[in-house]
Amino acid sequence: MAGAMRYILPNITELIMLASDDDILGQAEAWANAGKGVALATVIETWGSAPRPVGSHLAIAEDGHFLGSVSGGCVEGDVVTEAMDCISDGKPRVLEFGVADETAWRAGLSCGGRIRVYVERIG
Amino acid sequence: MRRELLAELNAARRERRAAVLVSSLDGQVQRLVTPDTLAGDPLAEQIDAALRAGKSTLVEHEGTSFFLTVQVPPVRLVVIGAVHISQALAPMARLAGFDMVIVDPRTAFATPERFPDVQVIAEWPETVLPPMKIDRYTAICCFTHDPKIDDPALEQALRADCFSVGALGSRKTHGKRVERLQAKGFGEADIARIRAPIGLDIGAITPTEIAVSVLGEIILSLRKKPLRAQVAQ
Repeated sequence: MAGAMRYILPNITELIMLASDDDILGQAEAWANAGKGVALATVIETWGSAPRPVGSHLAIAEDGHFLGSVSGGCVEGDVVTEAMDCISDGKPRVLEFGVADETAWRAGLSCGGRIRVYVERIG
Repeated sequence: MRRELLAELNAARRERRAAVLVSSLDGQVQRLVTPDTLAGDPLAEQIDAALRAGKSTLVEHEGTSFFLTVQVPPVRLVVIGAVHISQALAPMARLAGFDMVIVDPRTAFATPERFPDVQVIAEWPETVLPPMKIDRYTAICCFTHDPKIDDPALEQALRADCFSVGALGSRKTHGKRVERLQAKGFGEADIARIRAPIGLDIGAITPTEIAVSVLGEIILSLRKKPLRAQVAQ
């Protein structure tokens, strides 16, 4: 998992529409079974208007593939970056995103809500 | 998360079994809890509440934060009778997010032309319900008025602990139905679970209005009260 990330952001809204939780956790398992490093991000708390409900998943493979969503596409890029670190060090982490966090995080939620996301490694 | 745990969670979903993944946010604890293993769990109360609500949630226990990933099967609606009410109910059930199937052995009724957007099975309930594995996340509505078709479906729905069991028919018709079910060995508690006449009393007259009252009753059973089978546990 060295070097640049190869995920493609423009397709994310399409992915959000298509992937049910079923596919996401199934895909995470399939990636892990194929020997890939995998992380799972889960929305654990929301405040205000948040685009995805608590329990929504985003699965990320070390090769840059991902499926699912934790927001309307606003913070997935940062979650994927953190997930890569998580796959490397194995440490779970809790990420927080909101409009107030623009200085701390590259991304914010344009809707004005705030979310907390738990990221853990599978395996 | 251990890969075996993810595999178990996925298997539970494929097999329409409820399960809750308990994860402490410090990464120290992670386990899968099912309705069968709920009783001995230190978070039993919170897990039970989350299962009833059907929603994942964050809880605190003795100073530690735990996330409960709740997985309940999608709610199915099995309608016995490819009748006019079923035609009105099909699009409403779809809008409400239910997975609806219609079963009616009368091939003149159960045609794809009459039901373009919903699965229709032209078979007897006793043949088709067992392989469908109806369960506590399934609602059954009997609309045929014909005991040969409705009764076997009701019997299976009661045995499978379906969360909502209803049958169309007057009180007199239901009285006779109760006698038949009693003769088959069903007790008072079982029979009391049948909503008959089916549907909330909103004064419904047309098939569409009756479909609204039926859908309202199913949602009431699903959301307002804990699922019956879970209370019993």
